[in-house]
This record gives sequence, structure tokens and C-alpha cells, in this order.
Amino acid sequence: MRLLLGFGSCGLAAGALTVSESMQKVLADTNLQLTLVGCNGMCFAEPLLQVIDDAGENYYYGNLNEDIASNIAKALLAGQIPQQNLLMQDANDFLAPQTRVALAHCGLIDPENIEEYLWVGGYTALKKAVLMNLEEIIAEVKLSGLRGRGGAGFPTWLKWQNTRLAPGKEKFLICNADEGDPGAFMDRSLLESDPHSVIEGMVIAARAIGATQGIIYVRREYPLAVKRIGKAILQAKNKGFLGDNICGSDFNFNLRLVQGAGAFICGEETALIASLSGKRGMPTFKPPYPSERGYHDLPTNINNVETFANIAWIINNGGLSFGDLSNDENSGTKVFALTGKIKRGGLVEVPLGTTFSKVIYEIGGGLKNGKEAKAIQIGGPSGGCLPGKLLSTLKINYEELASVGAIMGSGGLVVMDDSTCMVDIARFFMAFNKDESCGRCTPCRIGMVRLEELLTEICQGQGKEEYIPFLETLGKHVKSTSLCGLGNSAPNPLLTTMRYFPEEYAAHIKEKRCPALKCQALLDYSIDEEKCTGCGQCFKVCSAGAISGMRKQAYHIDSSLCIKCGMCQSSCLFDAVKISSKGVAM
Amino acid sequence: MTDFSQVDSILNKYTNVSESLIPLFQDIQGLFGYLPQEILRYVADKASLPLAQLAGVATFYSQFCFTPPGKYEILVCLGTACHVNNGESMASIIAAETGLAEKEVSADGLFSWQRVACLGCCSLAPVMMINGQVYGNLTHKKISAIIRQLRKESAGGVKI
Ligand SMILES: Cc1cc2nc3c(=O)[nH]c(=O)nc-3n(C[C@H](O)[C@H](O)[C@H](O)COP(=O)(O)O)c2cc1C
Ligand code: FES
Repeated sequence: MRLLLGFGSCGLAAGALTVSESMQKVLADTNLQLTLVGCNGMCFAEPLLQVIDDAGENYYYGNLNEDIASNIAKALLAGQIPQQNLLMQDANDFLAPQTRVALAHCGLIDPENIEEYLWVGGYTALKKAVLMNLEEIIAEVKLSGLRGRGGAGFPTWLKWQNTRLAPGKEKFLICNADEGDPGAFMDRSLLESDPHSVIEGMVIAARAIGATQGIIYVRREYPLAVKRIGKAILQAKNKGFLGDNICGSDFNFNLRLVQGAGAFICGEETALIASLSGKRGMPTFKPPYPSERGYHDLPTNINNVETFANIAWIINNGGLSFGDLSNDENSGTKVFALTGKIKRGGLVEVPLGTTFSKVIYEIGGGLKNGKEAKAIQIGGPSGGCLPGKLLSTLKINYEELASVGAIMGSGGLVVMDDSTCMVDIARFFMAFNKDESCGRCTPCRIGMVRLEELLTEICQGQGKEEYIPFLETLGKHVKSTSLCGLGNSAPNPLLTTMRYFPEEYAAHIKEKRCPALKCQALLDYSIDEEKCTGCGQCFKVCSAGAISGMRKQAYHIDSSLCIKCGMCQSSCLFDAVKISSKGVAM
Repeated sequence: MTDFSQVDSILNKYTNVSESLIPLFQDIQGLFGYLPQEILRYVADKASLPLAQLAGVATFYSQFCFTPPGKYEILVCLGTACHVNNGESMASIIAAETGLAEKEVSADGLFSWQRVACLGCCSLAPVMMINGQVYGNLTHKKISAIIRQLRKESAGGVKI
């Protein structure tokens, strides 16, 4: 029997450490052992224990605390399958429709122990690859149809071939683990849960392009991923999968880890290279592409974490099988970080060509409170907001997403309901992109400042009708004239919300009303006298002196004094503060 | 008096200082909690690099700060998932509970807070992190309780 406890960042944040301690106490000196694994994607149920009995049956126990976990451990020791906190339905509905390639071992093996990776067939692809010639490896990746999973979807084989054929005395390999999309955590989870699969993919890539040195560039907010990948590199070196004479061949490859310092733009490949060279992370004009002139001016191949995590599978199973995984012209699978107002949020891997409604309603279980999805946001600050009505027909496909104004992106998928304001979301992403602009080119540096100002005015009820055509024109200018991918895609959230939700812009501008009750300047606060217990909490937190009343009697808000900070509402324990957005009469 | 010997041993790790400014600053910030100006000057002198180059690189990246942070540095997540789940209100609540503007340090040196984008625990949104520890599913009540607890622990001299 195997007992697997989720020990990724999300599990630990939810309390997996105390859960593990209480279980270890019970299991000490018994024949049952607890294995600390990464994340199997069921973040909605953390802390999470998976039990695999000797017949291979799976049992999932979610939302554990110390006491429950200790009881479960005792019952398991006694040979029972406890029913408490057993999540069979949720786990089955969530996991069964998925196809796992990149996530195949996540949550099933101890990421800090290379033996476990070897036990599930790890590094067999590398052993195979060192016997293949370089063209054969690239040909196999070409057959697979794999495209970059970092956002743009460039054919992986072609990038490898370009780097291999580019003149240069040495070649360099970089894994982009900067994962800048705020609201996405696919790469973090992969590095925390199965670091060796990324390393194996990298070593195979290095062999194919003829690189002798590589770097994994990790985001600084990911301390656990840094620790695990660091450990994995040492273990792989000791086993001869990294370093000199890999797997007994004449092929040498050394890998090191570099931490970013907090800049979204450093996910862009030329900015990443600038940052590795100790400079400000400013992108440069392409061409030359990194495959021609990159790190230290050497031909450099950059791929995303998930792209590398697919490579060993492709070498083991053949490129054609990878194409067969999907029923679509786009081959293989894609991992998404499913978040927002979703019931079962977490990491999901599905074949390309799957519809969004399958991901959201079948795998994700629909929205919290059973609401309909108003919109999804895909691709983060470079992506778009798509309306709920598209979800049943829209497929996860690079070209289809581009045709509706969004991008595949790296895998951020945020589900929104009627409490999310689309104008506010456009403003939120514009503010993010403006802050993260490196300032090198004028359209991006100044255009986004203006766009954010206008959106802020609209959210504050000061927008004018002529802003709408202006936003669209300026947005398109920034998109077409910026130097790098940040500016080229930053207006996408704005343009898609304008395209699919024009009525929300109209409500803010013409009626000074926020239908989602989100834009605080457009809200009216009042107290529900039935619910108010007269505890005085709102009176205490109101810094504007707008609340009056007597203890034990209903309090009252003077709207002429109210500064709409929302503190009364968030501090009320009885849900007695009501908000509405009446707007102004037209 | 600033002890430069530790800075020297950090500097000795790097053969090419100009190319290694980012890991070098990460080491220095790990030592002091921030990048003290006299240390930057010292490094510039030692490595014969213009101070402007060091300042240019250090100010580009949000990780680096130039004043000491509070003993408890609160990072409020405002990534997309947290934004959609009321993250901005959590920031206002933290501002109100600590009485501090963003990046301001309290007079007793105990608290400072700032917004960050995504701590990678989106399924627990809204989220904040205090000295490496993540707190999820935040509410006004929970934030007040955590801050009160930290004040108490600090007054009692208990380390967290
Ligand atoms: C503003 C911006 C941010 C980016 N951030 C990331 C990132 O966080 N991770 C990533 O893998 N690629 C990111 N990219 C894409 C990279 O430039 C590059 O295309 C990618 O790493 C190539 O790998 P792939 O072909 O395997 O997708 C970003 C691009 C831009 C323009
Ligand atoms: S958006 Fe807050 S943790 Fe990801």
C-alpha cells in the first residue's frame, strides 16, 4: 500500500506539514510509510492524501487536518478503508477525463528522490536518445507536432534545428521557468512535483542541438521549486545523467539554476538573456533570434518548462503517438491552471482540441454557487477575456483562440462569474502590463499609461463616450507598434472585453453604474436593518465618520459622507451591509 | 559600523561581477534584508564598475529594496485569481489594520506590506504571505487575527 501526501506549495499552504507530522506519529515503526509527493492537481482539496491499495485501487482523502489525518492513518493500519473525508466522486470527475503526459508523475512520486523517478521509467528516454543520432531526435520531435507551451506555440523541432544549424563554437540551452502570468502555476507545480522530467527533456534537447551548457531560469517567488530542482540536478549528476560522458557516451552537458529577481518582462526570451548577463531585463529587436545569437552571443535554444516535460514521453512513445493523443490538428496535451470562481480549481491536462466547457463544467465541476460562467480569461496579461457563450463550441487550439482575439498562452485559465466586472479586469491587466513595461519603446511605455488612465476614469464613473473609439484605436496602435511581445499583446484583455462586453462599458460611461458591483466609486452602501444586530463594528472601522447609530440598534450610513472604502462591508459579521449600484437617471 | 568582510566573501564568489550583479545583489539582500547604499558603493569601487550601472540594474527588479523592510513583511497577492476573489479589499484591510501605506515601515519596525502578483497558491485565493508563510482564504476577521497574533508574539519575544 502506498500513502501519498501532497507536499507542493499549495498543499503546504493549506497545512500539509502538520498533517504529515500527525500521520508520521501514528505510522512510526509500522510497515506503512508516508511518501511526500508533489501536487496531483487537485488543489481544491488540499491537504490531500492519496492511498493506493495493494490491488491498485485509488482512494483520495481531501481537506485534511491533524485529527482527521491521524484517524485515517490509524484506520489504514487496522486494515480498513476509512470513509471520512473520502472524495471519490470529486476525484474521479476531476481526474478521469484528463490525459496526462507532462503531469504523468505529478503527485505520484517523491520529487526529491531520483529512485522514484527511475522506478516509473525515468531517464529511459535519455538512454535511448544518446544512441540516436541528432537528426533522428529532431525528426521524432517534428513528427510529434509539439509546439512551444510557453505561449507563442512555435514548433519545437524547428527551433532546435535552427539552433543546431546556426554557426557558433558552442550552443546554449535555457529552460524558461519565469512563469510570469499572475494566476498561473503550471511550471511551478511541474518543477516541484517532477523536476527530473524537465531535466531529462533538457538533456535530450541539449543532445539534439549540440549544447554543452544549460540554465534553468526560475521565478524568485518559487522557493520550493528552486530547492527541489537544485536537489534533482545534484542527483542526476551523481547518476551520470548530467555532467561528462552522459550514460556512458561522449556527450557532456552541465546544468545550473538561476533565480529571477521579480520582473514579468524577463519571461520574454531576449529580456531573459539580458537578465542572465547581469543587465536590466530589456528585450532586444528580433532578428537576430536567440537561436542565432543569444546568451554570450552563442546560438541559444529557449523552451518553456512544460515543453521540456513532454520530450521524454515523445522519445519513449514515438512522435506519432503524441499526435494521436488529440483529436485535432494541434497535437498533444496542454496543462492549465484552472482558477477563479471554479468549484474544483487546480491543474488540469487535456488533449488539444478539447472544448472549454468540458474543462470548466466537467473537470472543474462548474462554478462555485452553481452560477454560469460569465467569462474566462486565458493567457493572462497577454491573453483575452472570452464570453461564457463561446465555451461550448470553442476548442483549445492555437488558431481558434487567435481567431477570437485571445491566445493559448502558457496555461492560465481564470473563470469569472457575474461578480467580476469586465471593465475592471481590463483596467487590472492594463495596470499590470504598464507596471511591467521595461520602458524601452514609446508605444508601450506611454500608450499603456494613457490606456490605464482612461480605464480608471471609466471605473470611477468619469468616462466619456468618446473614450470608446479612442481606446480601441490606441490599443491597436500599441499592439502593432511595440518592440516586443509584451506591448504586442498587452492590449488583448482590453480589446476582447470591449469586443464581447460593450454593454458593460456603456453602463459605466452612460449610467455611471457597475453591473457587477465591483467598481467601488459607483457603489451605494446601506445597512439592512433586519440583519444588523447593532454590534457597532462598522462604526468602529469607518474612517469617514459616515456611520451613526446606537449599540444594539440598527446603524445607518450617511451616503453623502461615505467614501466607499468597503471596510464596513468586509468587517460585518452578519452580512448586513448591502451594496447596490443605482447609477444616475438618464 | 558596517562589516565589509562578509561582502568581500560574497564578492569572491563571482569572477565576473558585471555579469553576476543579480545573484550578487540577491546574496547581499539575503545578508542585510535590503541593499544598503554604502554596500553598493563599496561593491562598485571594488569591482571598478560605475555606481550608476549597479543602481540601474538594482532598481529594475522588484525583488530589490533600498530601505530595511518590517520585521514582518506582508506580501498581499494581487494576481488574477486573487483579484477576482477580492484581493484589493484585502490590501485595504491590511492597510487599515497596520495603519501603513504600501511599502511604509511602522515606527516600531514591526510591519510593512506590499502588493505582489501571484504567489502560486491561486486555489486558496485571496492569499497573503508573511515571511515565507502563506495564508489563504483570507477574510477581514482572519487578517485582524493574524496581525494581532504577530503583535502579541513580538511583544512576548516569541519567534515565529
Ligand atoms: C512579456 C512576455 C512574457 C513571457 N513570459 C514567459 C514565461 O513566463 N514563461 C515562458 O515559458 N515563456 C514566456 N514568454 C515566451 C518566451 O519569450 C518564449 O517564447 C518561450 O519561452 C519559448 O518557449 P517555448 O517555445 O517552449 O514556448 C513570454 C513572452 C513575453 C513577450
Ligand atoms: S493569484 Fe494570488 S496566489 Fe495566484
